[in-house]
Amino acid sequence: MNIAKPNSYRSGPDERGHFGIFGGRFVAETLMPLILDLEKAYTAAKADPAFQGEMDGYLKNYVGRPSPLYFAERLTEHLGGAKIYLKREELNHTGSHKVNNVLGQIMLARRMGKKRIIAETGAGQHGVATATLCARFGLECVVYMGAVDVERQQPNVIRMEMLGATVVPVQSGTRTLKDAMNEALRDWVTNVHNTFYCIGTVAGPHPYPTLVRDFQSIIGNETKAQMQEIEGRLPDSLVACIGGGSNAMGLFHPFLDDSSVEIFGVEAAGHGLTQLHAASIAGGRPGVLHGNRTYLLMDADGQIQDAHSISAGLDYPGIGPEHSWLHEVGRVNYLSATDDEALAAFQLLSRLEGIIPALEPAHAIAKVMELAPKRPKDHLMVVNLSGRGDKDVPQVGDILRGKK
Amino acid sequence: MTTRIDTRFAELKTQGRSAFVTYVMAGDPDLTTSLEIVKALPKAGADVIELGIPFTDPMADGPSIQAAGLRALKIGMTLRKTLELVRDFRKDDNVTPLVLMGYYNPIYIYGVDKFLADAKTSGVDGLIIVDLPPEEDDELCIPALKAGLNFIRLATPTTDDKRLPAVLANTSGFVYYVSIAGITGAAAADANAVGEAVARIKRHTKLPICVGFGIRTPEAARAIAEKADGSVVGTALVDALKNSLDAEGRATAKTVNAVAELTAALAQGVKGAKQAAE
Repeated sequence: MNIAKPNSYRSGPDERGHFGIFGGRFVAETLMPLILDLEKAYTAAKADPAFQGEMDGYLKNYVGRPSPLYFAERLTEHLGGAKIYLKREELNHTGSHKVNNVLGQIMLARRMGKKRIIAETGAGQHGVATATLCARFGLECVVYMGAVDVERQQPNVIRMEMLGATVVPVQSGTRTLKDAMNEALRDWVTNVHNTFYCIGTVAGPHPYPTLVRDFQSIIGNETKAQMQEIEGRLPDSLVACIGGGSNAMGLFHPFLDDSSVEIFGVEAAGHGLTQLHAASIAGGRPGVLHGNRTYLLMDADGQIQDAHSISAGLDYPGIGPEHSWLHEVGRVNYLSATDDEALAAFQLLSRLEGIIPALEPAHAIAKVMELAPKRPKDHLMVVNLSGRGDKDVPQVGDILRGKK
Repeated sequence: MTTRIDTRFAELKTQGRSAFVTYVMAGDPDLTTSLEIVKALPKAGADVIELGIPFTDPMADGPSIQAAGLRALKIGMTLRKTLELVRDFRKDDNVTPLVLMGYYNPIYIYGVDKFLADAKTSGVDGLIIVDLPPEEDDELCIPALKAGLNFIRLATPTTDDKRLPAVLANTSGFVYYVSIAGITGAAAADANAVGEAVARIKRHTKLPICVGFGIRTPEAARAIAEKADGSVVGTALVDALKNSLDAEGRATAKTVNAVAELTAALAQGVKGAKQAAE
């Protein structure tokens, strides 16, 4: 395919929510008026300085931003190449980048007068962030979570319940994130009048991919300013893991027009790309699911295939539509890391830096282990440490002790 | 251009009767039984057939129709085989309107132009594609109209007067009014609220209006038939089918009859209705 290079990589989507052929609004008529309302409310909020002012207050004093940009000295020495910086999103309140987006959406829900919040969650990080902000603002919270994920991410299930949320284990389909999203959409279509659907990633019908990206862009904006302060220049490369792709989009987007910056997204290759995996770009093709056109894992008949990743947060057969577009226009390089590579990276970072990463960013670290040694010592590489590993401790402990 | 759908609604209008529309899933529980069921529907009193295209992720459907789709996928049902099923049905029946209902991805992957050509030659009359609102009309709706197929749009309780003209703009055949905000098979439709909604939509269109989601019994079908140009029953038929299966989910000697008998009872309900409101 011959695709024209745009003047800017940051101008999308168009007014119909398209990034090239990707994105759009593929939803049932019942939901269409709701997403049009959301778009209107978001446009108004963006133009209202009071909205941003209120957000900034909570980001600073409740979330704990800015998150540090930390020079990983021992990891850098160990790999012997690029100078590696970690963007410490795992230090945010609730333990991941998810809270940046949830705060924005809950503020929007409040402006729209919605009292009931629903969310889907894979690893439980988005669910915990949603449950947390619902507790903070006194809103009802229902979180849909695949039954398989409920099993492997028990610590987060308990946290959500402690925060007053109702966690609904989803038994349909493959009982993971994709089915949790189906079930959340079914809830939304049933409870249209009082319910706000807080989507956790840069996917779904327009305007979700845009608004989630905008709320997450604080990651990249801070990184840019911090790197300027520390090193006096732009980083040379960015690395982030991708399930739906919100932490990656948040880091990447402010740098898309800085052509000197190499950008790497890391999908989950599960058992390997020829076996069960969750790498939609590496192993999928464009299709339509969950309100948008994007790269999907599917069979010859267009039926959605099971994804697999050791990491519940990456275990999704699709990817945000803007990533699909950035892949097709060649601005971002999409790689993948297997379960085993992620586990090795998980252990390496824990031992070298005293930071236990979540399994999701362990995939990004795994590719840093490949990329950094090939780069010169003055190359500045930023990896988004999007979540902390507390939730994965029981699962990884079992694997390392040979129980699973 | 006149489709079998247009002809059928015109006939029913002269008879002063509301239509009975049945929904079953293509390939549920197997290809042979599914064809027998579809053939039995008109004989049992179905005026229009909606045939579900199986999909792994049916976001607007309740547990019954989700399970029906998974049964069909398990036996290897595909969109291509669904079109073959329609072609086989058309060998004996060239009058009953048949509408394919489902989600966009299998069609998108099949290829829109090829799908429309194959659907037309197979004897499909119309399409109901749940996840294609008017905002995405360029994808399939406009090409379908050009190919001579009806594109039947869903209107819902959230579709207000301001939005209705956009929803109706490229709709043909009939309008499918979704009587509840929700998924298939969930809540029961309230006949009075439905009557008001149908009257509201009729102020915007001359097309027949069929009502579905939440109609399960002959009594409910009759109540709706008195308010609308047609009533659609899906989940109740799919449940009757499922209840006739053996422990392994395979068809039994009872399966085709179970669907046909409920269809007949529901059709009696519809036919017992007083003349539909004009």
